[in-house]
Amino acid sequence: MMILSGDPPRSRVLTLVLVLIILALAATPFLFPGAKALNVAAKICVFAALVASYDLLLGYTGSVSFAHTMFYGIGSYAIAIALYGMGPNWAAVATGIVIGLPLAALLALAIGLFSLRVAAIFFAMITLAVASAFQVLASQLSWLTGGEDGRSFQLPELLRPGTVLVSKNLFGFEINGRILTYYLVFAISALMILALLRVVNSPFGRVLQAIRENRFRAEALGFRTVFHLTYANCIAASVAASAGILNALWLRYAGPDTSLSFSIMLDILLMVVIGGMGTIYGAIIGAAIFILAQNYLQSLMGVASKAASEAGLPLLPGLLHPDRWLLWLGLLFIASVYFFPTGVVGRLRNAGGAKSGSASH
Amino acid sequence: MPLTLETRDLTIRFGGHVAVNNVTCTFRPGELTAIVGPNGAGKTTYFNLISGQLRASSGSILFDGIDITGQSAPMRTRAGLGRAFQLTNLFPNLTVEENVRLAVQAANGTHYDMLRPWMVRRDLITRADGILDQVALGSRRGVAATALSHGDQRKLEVALMMALEPKVFMFDEPTAGMSIDEVPVVLNLIAQLKQDLNKIILLIEHKMDVVRSLADRIIVLHNGQLVADGRPAEVIASPIVQEAYLGVAPKTAAGSAA
Repeated sequence: MMILSGDPPRSRVLTLVLVLIILALAATPFLFPGAKALNVAAKICVFAALVASYDLLLGYTGSVSFAHTMFYGIGSYAIAIALYGMGPNWAAVATGIVIGLPLAALLALAIGLFSLRVAAIFFAMITLAVASAFQVLASQLSWLTGGEDGRSFQLPELLRPGTVLVSKNLFGFEINGRILTYYLVFAISALMILALLRVVNSPFGRVLQAIRENRFRAEALGFRTVFHLTYANCIAASVAASAGILNALWLRYAGPDTSLSFSIMLDILLMVVIGGMGTIYGAIIGAAIFILAQNYLQSLMGVASKAASEAGLPLLPGLLHPDRWLLWLGLLFIASVYFFPTGVVGRLRNAGGAKSGSASH
Repeated sequence: MPLTLETRDLTIRFGGHVAVNNVTCTFRPGELTAIVGPNGAGKTTYFNLISGQLRASSGSILFDGIDITGQSAPMRTRAGLGRAFQLTNLFPNLTVEENVRLAVQAANGTHYDMLRPWMVRRDLITRADGILDQVALGSRRGVAATALSHGDQRKLEVALMMALEPKVFMFDEPTAGMSIDEVPVVLNLIAQLKQDLNKIILLIEHKMDVVRSLADRIIVLHNGQLVADGRPAEVIASPIVQEAYLGVAPKTAAGSAA
């Protein structure tokens, strides 16, 4: 399976789960009506790619970066500022991409060459400092970025919800610019994840793993590891910026809360840990679980709380009150890290491996 | 001019302690030099200085006529210095084959190939498997390095150096901790390498029978200084070596020297 770069999921359950998630995402516009479902699906696509690019750094090279949302933000703001300033046309989209991607890659190159020479903790500190500085900069340069309000913009004609591409009487459902945008997000995210899968399974990707395992030895073999780590940082930053572009296109908005805030960084970390580090596939699963929980746990709890109070149960209605949803989300994470220390993917692969191992002996 | 490796007044200090003290020595191809001396004599430190894991406080290292004293470890490896470490130093969670493949990759300059899956690179795989067969690890190629026995890990360590196809082989106690039946595999490999008269081979070794059977020349380090250098028979017979290292009964000498 060359499309998966020879690194299939290696577990029947995992394959099934992945296929289900991807099919559900592919069919969301037709299966689940309403704007919320489509928003959640688009967010899962964008974050799957974003988290996969973070996995390249954390899971494969072992370097902890806190600047990932900065690159995500660079992509978001580049496209938003271009479309805001130049008007809703394709030239503006192209300008945003041509400025945003190289800017993210160059910044990653500079940070990498500067800080990846030495101990890993220094890289973490530098990324934290640069990301904080960037966040302040984005809110201060309000003439450019819109400050705390961010920038709302219009999309080119083709991608607008009002643009009907296939009318309702043909298939029974309407295909409009909004759905086209969704599939754009879906397809580009999928391509980026496949590309990352290729990178981590290339000879270069094996060197990254070697550096994670034993950097001293990798150097002794003749690898100049600072360059490998820096290239990985650049690739991750470019994918993150692309995810930022997709996110801004989907939201028709870029602002501090949606593309730069530090809580996004924490979300990314949680998703990569829940899904399973160093697997790429974990990004898809982590993003799906996390974003579904984030969006539906609250309403689910509302229903449960109501049912409990109607049934006259003590204590439960209070515990399940929708306002407590963050508590339950937190418990969910503690439980998942406790029971799946290698993430969902690691857990499923180990279970599958044990089975096939006992079968072969 | 044939290849030479030379250290001139090579010295390293750790605070007040001089671990390697003014060692001047030239190594030539076709000659296996054993480096002996009691524990703490500075043998491994001397290796670390040559292969670049440590930087010299003073003195210089010349390889093939070029001063490499200021070069980083990766650059020296690329120039042809191969090193097998004393304490096993592998990629623990990668498979045995992946460990060797990485060394093969490093040797043939496949550093940044990121667009093709590694399975497409049959050349790397074939070469890695060939080396694994040489060190009798062919049947273990799919196992994670950390799951190997100590002896097998030592063999893998040697395999990594072989895969680099270096001009200089630096073995640091390659058979330490190996069971008796595993030792011949490594010793035969070294004997085979000796057949190639274009290679410089350096061997740190405590076992005197190994040194006697393989070495063409012995140098003795004691307290960081070079105290003897010559043909095995002469060096072993010299009073300074008898006193400093070999003693009358080798077993007790090794124990008390620590």
